[in-house]
Amino acid sequence: MPKDQGRPDNRITRRRACQVAGAAACSVAVGGAVVLTADFLHPRVLFEPPTRFTVGPPEVVEVGKVLTNETFRAYVIRRPEGFHALSSVCTHLGCVTRYRPDEGLIVCPCHGSRFSLEGEVLAGPAPRPLLWLQMVLSPRGLIDVETTVEVPEGTVFKL
Amino acid sequence: MHVLRTLTENRVWRSIVRHGVRPTNRNRVLLITENVFLHLHAAKARRRNLDLSSTYYLGGLALILFGVLIVTGFLLMLYYHPSVPQAYDDMKELQFVVSNGPFLRNMHRWAAHAMVFVVFLHMLRVFYHRAFRPPREFNWAVGVVLLILTLLLSYTGYLLPWDQLALWGVSVGTNMVNAMPILGRQVRFLLLGGNIVGENALLRFYVLHCVLLPLGLVLGLAVHLWRVRKDGGVLGSAGRRRPSGVNTP
Repeated sequence: MPKDQGRPDNRITRRRACQVAGAAACSVAVGGAVVLTADFLHPRVLFEPPTRFTVGPPEVVEVGKVLTNETFRAYVIRRPEGFHALSSVCTHLGCVTRYRPDEGLIVCPCHGSRFSLEGEVLAGPAPRPLLWLQMVLSPRGLIDVETTVEVPEGTVFKL
Repeated sequence: MHVLRTLTENRVWRSIVRHGVRPTNRNRVLLITENVFLHLHAAKARRRNLDLSSTYYLGGLALILFGVLIVTGFLLMLYYHPSVPQAYDDMKELQFVVSNGPFLRNMHRWAAHAMVFVVFLHMLRVFYHRAFRPPREFNWAVGVVLLILTLLLSYTGYLLPWDQLALWGVSVGTNMVNAMPILGRQVRFLLLGGNIVGENALLRFYVLHCVLLPLGLVLGLAVHLWRVRKDGGVLGSAGRRRPSGVNTP
């Protein structure tokens, strides 16, 4: 027989109040443990190589010029309408492509994929165009390229 | 016989094993039910279910392979540091310097491959014998969890040699996680402990491989084996023809 039997229904018994309080305290403890653990699993400091590099002041890249950054695997290109940055990693199997100034093309040495300076595939096995990377103007007035952030093709960076 | 009797009929032995060693049916049953490990198993089995063709012993084989993996894995851990680039050097040291290193490493490797294979065959056996039907449907679900844990163990172990295969295998896998809607990026970040497949990722995969996943597998196994007993033993190929040509129900 339940202990609460015979009592008015609308009254919260001491037993019930203690049960609810206990359950609530346990839920708070479990919830707190989950939040703490999730927070713990997030590193606050990462010792990873930088993903962002500085090209320099805008004048460094003249119109029609292609700069190559081998460390960060990116091209910085300036056209009359503005700047854009391309990843130099081939979309086929991840080889690092090269700029050929005589042809005005980007060519992959591994399987011969050829790309235009807009990253479009002109020939070869590459399935997708080269990635367009985000460009930002730093507070010091220098151009930075963020190699982990992709922007839609044709996004021109203007000053 | 006399040695056996002196060994088993003293206070110390009887405090551990309460029943005697006389070959009675009661003692045979007690041997199973009084043992914390064996009691997961049924005390009695149908003779038909002991035939090779009723289970092909695939679950038992998977269990033995898991045991081999635990023992060899424990030994490998003694020579392995989960850090970059030490991990690769340790793997090479195991291959070329440590006594019996190649033997133990290959045993771990081949047992891992075999376990994945045998677990798949076990699942096919259960499926084709229709042993997933009630009352065994919950045990099928537990089995699926065990299969996933086996595959995850196989996958996390793949990163540990820290060679090109490992690096790209994990890059591809975690990029697949990245493609998951909404939570993808977050889960990938937590798995790798960062944005790139680096030292944090190696350590996390090592901890998963050596602690969390084996622990989960052992717990799941206990439930799985216990449920086999609770669901009335294994279900072999019921109704198949006996060699004598008599159809048994």
